[in-house]
Amino acid sequence: MKGSPLSAARLTVARLLGAAAGWASRATGRGEGETLPGVLILRLAPDALARLSANRSTTLISGTNGKSTTTALIVTALGRPTTTNPLGANVASGVVTALAASSQRTTVLEVDELSLRRIASDTRAHLIVAMNLTRDQLDRAGEVGRIERDWHRTFAESGAHVIANAADPLVVSAVGDAPATWVDPGWSWPGDSMVCPACTELLTRVEGRWFCTCGLHQPTANYRVEGTTLVLPDGSRLPIEVPLPGRVNVANMAFAVATVAHHGVSAQDALARCANVREVSGRYSTIEVGGRPALLMLAKNPAGWAAALDMLRPDDAVVFSVNAQLLDGADTSWLWDVSFEEFGGRVVGAHGHNRHDLALRLEVAGADPRVDADIDAVARQLPKADRLVVLATYTSFRELRRRR
Amino acid sequence: MTTIDIVHVLPGLLGTYGDAGNVAVLAHRARQRGYAVRILDVHPGDPVPAHADVYLIGGGEDVAQVRAVELLRADDGLSIAVAVGAPVLAVCAGMQIMGEWFQDRTGQRIEGLGILDLRTTRRQIRAVGDVVARIVGLPGEVAEHDLIGFENHQGATELGDGILPLAQVRVGIGNGAGSAVEGVVAGTVIGTYLHGPVLALNPALADHLLTSVLGPLEPLPDGHVREFRRARARRAGVTFE
Repeated sequence: MKGSPLSAARLTVARLLGAAAGWASRATGRGEGETLPGVLILRLAPDALARLSANRSTTLISGTNGKSTTTALIVTALGRPTTTNPLGANVASGVVTALAASSQRTTVLEVDELSLRRIASDTRAHLIVAMNLTRDQLDRAGEVGRIERDWHRTFAESGAHVIANAADPLVVSAVGDAPATWVDPGWSWPGDSMVCPACTELLTRVEGRWFCTCGLHQPTANYRVEGTTLVLPDGSRLPIEVPLPGRVNVANMAFAVATVAHHGVSAQDALARCANVREVSGRYSTIEVGGRPALLMLAKNPAGWAAALDMLRPDDAVVFSVNAQLLDGADTSWLWDVSFEEFGGRVVGAHGHNRHDLALRLEVAGADPRVDADIDAVARQLPKADRLVVLATYTSFRELRRRR
Repeated sequence: MTTIDIVHVLPGLLGTYGDAGNVAVLAHRARQRGYAVRILDVHPGDPVPAHADVYLIGGGEDVAQVRAVELLRADDGLSIAVAVGAPVLAVCAGMQIMGEWFQDRTGQRIEGLGILDLRTTRRQIRAVGDVVARIVGLPGEVAEHDLIGFENHQGATELGDGILPLAQVRVGIGNGAGSAVEGVVAGTVIGTYLHGPVLALNPALADHLLTSVLGPLEPLPDGHVREFRRARARRAGVTFE
């Protein structure tokens, strides 16, 4: 990449300082090792993102839900060394940290929806995975419609090929005329797409496909999920047997297969390589709670919670853990867009800094919440069950995953 | 058994911020006192019932709000309900829609329902954060009560001379049109910018709405709500009841 020797030198110094800071952060257990180096590097060398992206083949994955899991599946399916950000630091600082840490040419990065435009531009990504757009941390994001418009500019400007969700009207509208491979994940959360993003008419849904009188419609999919079967572009069908639970992870695997096809990896190889993925950065891992093993799940917003609740069984013992820190979103109104009514009559655990917000929600939903700041105390109040599940928002999940 | 009919106006369009919770809370509090509840969701194309007991309208995103007001303008159920004195709670976009006009995100003026004497322009900066406000616009049990909630809006709502704000702001922005007031009270219509949901965080306001329909009510224990309010107040930097 062209540039002055001075800016190249500045970047070298910045990387050294960044590496030292990352080491110090990890050594002192401060946990910012994934972002601090990037913050420092960018301060010293503002063009670092573009410079560090030179001579790479970059794939970006973004969307409200499923980024981390799909990124991990893509990396596993590629079966080769990659530069990636597995701990989910997905704004510019996290991306720069990951780029500075590895010179592997194949680069696969998860990117926050609000940062996609800048990062797509600076990295000159040639492949972008657009998974879904629904309400999440609206105190930070403002409106989902705004993200759709930002994405639309991104795809129009970048020239990247988009692996895109055909079942999500906001994604389809954002992609516009950009070159795309369409994936139909087999289901969607329609709460933020009642109205056409292009013309404001109400969308119609017929037999699982959506369309608008203005012409915007669900495109014919190249890859389609039917139950746990993936239908490929040539019409052939493969079973998706990933150990990760739930239909949402079948969908994530479909996106991964469609993406690695652009890297020359066959669907069969992709699925075979992912056959042993049982957890992703703590998601679906087993932790210890109240003296017993518990399945730990992460969910952050109504669409994600709908998918997670779908994975629970009627005889599970369940603890919900809700925080409203900066990274969770400061407002918990979204709890009332989650169908806790299905827990009517059941004893459930309410944990987390915002356990009282949650307890009220559960009570109004007809459930019987047991509330405590100590998750072991909460778990001990639950009925005996074959399986204990803990479903937590982001910052609570981050703490809980250390309990192994 | 007495049944209370709660109308939920366009929940699919005006429900982005969890305001469906207001309906759930109202229904729950009525049932706890032994009343039966019928929730009537008004979807696009449905007429708004003119003679229900209480009406709830939530907040939504820009494009959905424009679609919602177009649908409601074609129907007079809500106007009739207000004219015959039914209590209405309108949150955020719901409140803006009930006014004379509001500006959409491109700055264009969109005609409202003309039920409330207020107008909404677009603020430069989004108003987002905890709100604590003392009720000034309502009498009785709920007068001087501290409302607590979370605002997230880009509207600046100016009230006409003849109508009162709902509350005086202690923390936060509120209506955002120059003075530190929040919401509106006009007859039996209450408007507010507060999410939370507002009735979840402020059971006194929920009971104010229910009392106007059902008469005096037995108090509820509300243990979780007290802790919820206390924690939010702490976060907002105030202490109260």
